[in-house]
Amino acid sequence: MSTTELPFPGLHSGIELVPTTDQQQTGKDFTSDQEVRWCPGCGDYAVLKAVQGFLPDLGLRRENIVFVSGIGCSSRFPYYLDTYGMHSIHGRAPSIATGLATAREDLSVWVVTGDGDALSIGGNHLIHALRRNVNMTILLFNNRIYGLTKGQYSPTSETGKVTKSTPMGSVDHPFNPVSLALGAEGSFVARTIDSDRKHLTAVLSAAAAHRGTSFVEIYQNCPIFNDGAFDAIKSNDTKADAIIPLVHGEPIRFGSPDSSGQGTKGLIRDSETGGVKVVEVADVGEDSILVHDAHNPDPTTAFAISRLTAADYLHQAPIGIFRQVERPSYDDQARAQVATAQEAAPGERSDRLAALIGGGDTWTVV
Amino acid sequence: MSKQVKQLDRVIIRFAGDSGDGMQLTGDRFTQESAVFGNDLVTLPNFPAEIRAPQGTLPGVSSFQVHFADHDILTAGDAPDVLVAMNPAALKANLGDLPRGATIIVDTHDFTARNLTKAGYDANPLDSLGDANDALGEFNVQPVDLTGMTVEAVKEFGLSRKDAARAKNMFALGLLSWMYGRPTDPTIAFLEKRFAKVADIRDANITAFKAGWNFGETTETFVVQYEIKPAPMAAGTYRNITGNLALAYGLVAGGVQSGLPVFLGSYPITPASDILHELSKHKAFGVTTFQAEDEIAGIGAAIGASFGGALGVTTTSGPGIALKSEAIGLAVMTELPLIVVDVQRGGPSTGLPTKTEQADLLQAMFGRNGEAPVPIVAPQSPGDCFDAAIEAVRIAVTYRTPVMLLSDGYLANGSEPWRIPEIADLPTIDPDFAKPPVAGPDGAVPTFEPYARDPETLARPWAPPGVAGLEHRIGGLEKADITGNISYDPANHDFMVRTRQAKVDRIAESLPPLHVDDPSGEAKVVVLGWGSTYGPIGAGVRRVRKAGYHVAQVHLRHLNPFPKDLGEILARYDKVLVPEMNLGQLSLLVRAKYLVDAVGYNQVRGLPLKAAELAEAIGGLVADAEGVHVDLTTPAEEAIK
Repeated sequence: MSTTELPFPGLHSGIELVPTTDQQQTGKDFTSDQEVRWCPGCGDYAVLKAVQGFLPDLGLRRENIVFVSGIGCSSRFPYYLDTYGMHSIHGRAPSIATGLATAREDLSVWVVTGDGDALSIGGNHLIHALRRNVNMTILLFNNRIYGLTKGQYSPTSETGKVTKSTPMGSVDHPFNPVSLALGAEGSFVARTIDSDRKHLTAVLSAAAAHRGTSFVEIYQNCPIFNDGAFDAIKSNDTKADAIIPLVHGEPIRFGSPDSSGQGTKGLIRDSETGGVKVVEVADVGEDSILVHDAHNPDPTTAFAISRLTAADYLHQAPIGIFRQVERPSYDDQARAQVATAQEAAPGERSDRLAALIGGGDTWTVV
Repeated sequence: MSKQVKQLDRVIIRFAGDSGDGMQLTGDRFTQESAVFGNDLVTLPNFPAEIRAPQGTLPGVSSFQVHFADHDILTAGDAPDVLVAMNPAALKANLGDLPRGATIIVDTHDFTARNLTKAGYDANPLDSLGDANDALGEFNVQPVDLTGMTVEAVKEFGLSRKDAARAKNMFALGLLSWMYGRPTDPTIAFLEKRFAKVADIRDANITAFKAGWNFGETTETFVVQYEIKPAPMAAGTYRNITGNLALAYGLVAGGVQSGLPVFLGSYPITPASDILHELSKHKAFGVTTFQAEDEIAGIGAAIGASFGGALGVTTTSGPGIALKSEAIGLAVMTELPLIVVDVQRGGPSTGLPTKTEQADLLQAMFGRNGEAPVPIVAPQSPGDCFDAAIEAVRIAVTYRTPVMLLSDGYLANGSEPWRIPEIADLPTIDPDFAKPPVAGPDGAVPTFEPYARDPETLARPWAPPGVAGLEHRIGGLEKADITGNISYDPANHDFMVRTRQAKVDRIAESLPPLHVDDPSGEAKVVVLGWGSTYGPIGAGVRRVRKAGYHVAQVHLRHLNPFPKDLGEILARYDKVLVPEMNLGQLSLLVRAKYLVDAVGYNQVRGLPLKAAELAEAIGGLVADAEGVHVDLTTPAEEAIK
């Protein structure tokens, strides 16, 4: 029997098999007794608060939620949540979560990682988790710097960045995490901002509801080693021009609002490059503006949009859900194979074990 | 014509040819026939790391040695009595291993000028057979056109010449099967099944096999047929089994006996991949196999599955262990059950991927940062891989710890008759998961303590997610005793380091006393071994005893912790010899632990130790210890009935 003939469980929600509770939950139920020890002003606090505040909305039994992390500032996250958790080793959280999610269909599995953890030392595990589409949600806290090791450049730091390890400026070209995730066959790829709790919560809800690997890049400010990296998209003066909001089914417009309250800028297809580009809406007409389609099976447009992220100082970045498509998840299919094999082999395991080890060419000595 | 039948007590045959000649299959079939016939046997496959090394060259030679006997034997034999050489390279590569008087059956068809040159022959050695300058003069050479006769025999099936010639290995198998009176039915049944979908190939192979048999029976070239009677064995049902297969079965059995689903996270690597292949067939036992993107992800996923309440397993060889080291440390710190299988091969680095070695013992013991003790279990023969795997599962689950299972390339691919155990005789293993907390009389629900310990085993609770009230966080950072909270307290760290060590040491309490094989009780020399050297050591010890000298043998299944009585046993003897396929790793450990002046016998040739050479080394120590002259030359057989 080939995989395609297996009874696909037909699951659609990421939390479909996770036991729910009728008990009223609050953020406090998800707060552990451990003292939070991030630096004052760290963006991680905001994300923690948002997650603690949002988890009750899922209505899941607390004991069926697991947070797995690697190494880095953000990877302390599991200690502060009163769920099950594992603070593992550098870069390996996606692999640990893969084993956990495959072994246990009844868990809501979350990975908390950073730009160094996920994109440097753990790059391999990240892309393969996305390719396999294991049912888990990966929160990548991107502060574009190494915080825990005190201020070296990261794989998302801009070229030329002067840090402790690059006194003459970094000569590394940075990754664009969203482009990377799309290239790695990600089925759910989104970006949000630590300080925008409403948007963050909305994206997390969609990510949890997605079956397969949900990848969420969270821009997160490090006030100690890379303060202000995201000012352009956070400051009220500049964010209208810096944030390109992605909403499924809506024309992609941004910039200072016109008289109708809509942004004066928008995205259109660029016939010269095959990509997309920013134009003044007035110059091309409203009808030419690209309508965002996160459910497009072809990731080409989503990738093109991701390329509008500034690689140097972050003066422009698309924010929202780039891609959200259904694709069978690795763990569902792996479990279906095991279940199919088990159904085809009735009887006690011990009897079947006797038959297994007693198989092949045998002879008896009396 | 009537053929003479000669009785032999044992024979060593080596099939050798090009990697593409099907020598492994030929050897394997001959082995199965011998097993079904009831001989005791041990095999030694030997093949290049290249899938198809340049045809006809020395590096491309693949061989399979089988030693079968009418009595209990322990090794694949030091030197072949019979060499089947399918081409000049196979002859040249193996000639050095043959003792004077050995029989060589060569396929003359491939002794072309081109193949002779590729093998480095200036002249065809077959041309000078019987001449004064016969380079093969000390052997009994039988030149036979195996290929030519095969092609002729399978003509009726209309195969291309190339396909027809490919059945020559079955012709050779048929000939040898006649010569040693092997049953033919199992091979015919095997060929019918293997080539069920390609009728002409199936029929050609069966025809070639039968033609080889008939050739032996009718030709005047071979006048003697040999008989090797079945070996007396303990009552029971037997099968022939390789170490990798037995190890895979042992892991399945470990899952059944513990009631746990098995999760294997693995990355393909020689010579361990067959365990992954085998386990992937056993989903019906609740076995999940995950072929990871790399070695680290393999163990990472296994740790994740263990956290989730499955029996996490990862399989690899030495280079993979190097990559997994940090994750093994995580399993030590989080105290989760985990089986780490290392099928050792020649190292360092890529080393000798298809050859055997025992040089990962110290890596298994110490190859991690910090004080990270890991129990080590080693099987001693292919069939023993089954029991060793179950023992590794017992320790991992009972003590909540990663366990290193050290097999090697010789055990992995070698085979022997294996008495199939009764399931009722296998140990049962209790995962003893943490129970949900129960409210006290005052209604207060106690806080779960993930690092409280069982007073007997020092194991901490195993509490997979899904149980309300047991929510907890584990990780690589040092944890406070009892609570499991992050702790940087100096006294706590000192305590936890010592406790993790004490927990592993505590395993020794659960081990049976060592078996000391000292039949006369008068030995002054003890030979201490571990792993696959069991066979050669046992055979060497037998030789020494048969020559009339005393020697004791002790073989270790547990390398960490050592059994409690090991030190006292070693102290009883004047001399301790430690033969190993490394430069003295167990020697180093026992010298450090027991202050004994262990003497190493060390070879790293990618091959099992040779019993005859080992016997000489033992004899030398016996001479020293007893002040006698030791002469082992009289009965040079390894057999003692």
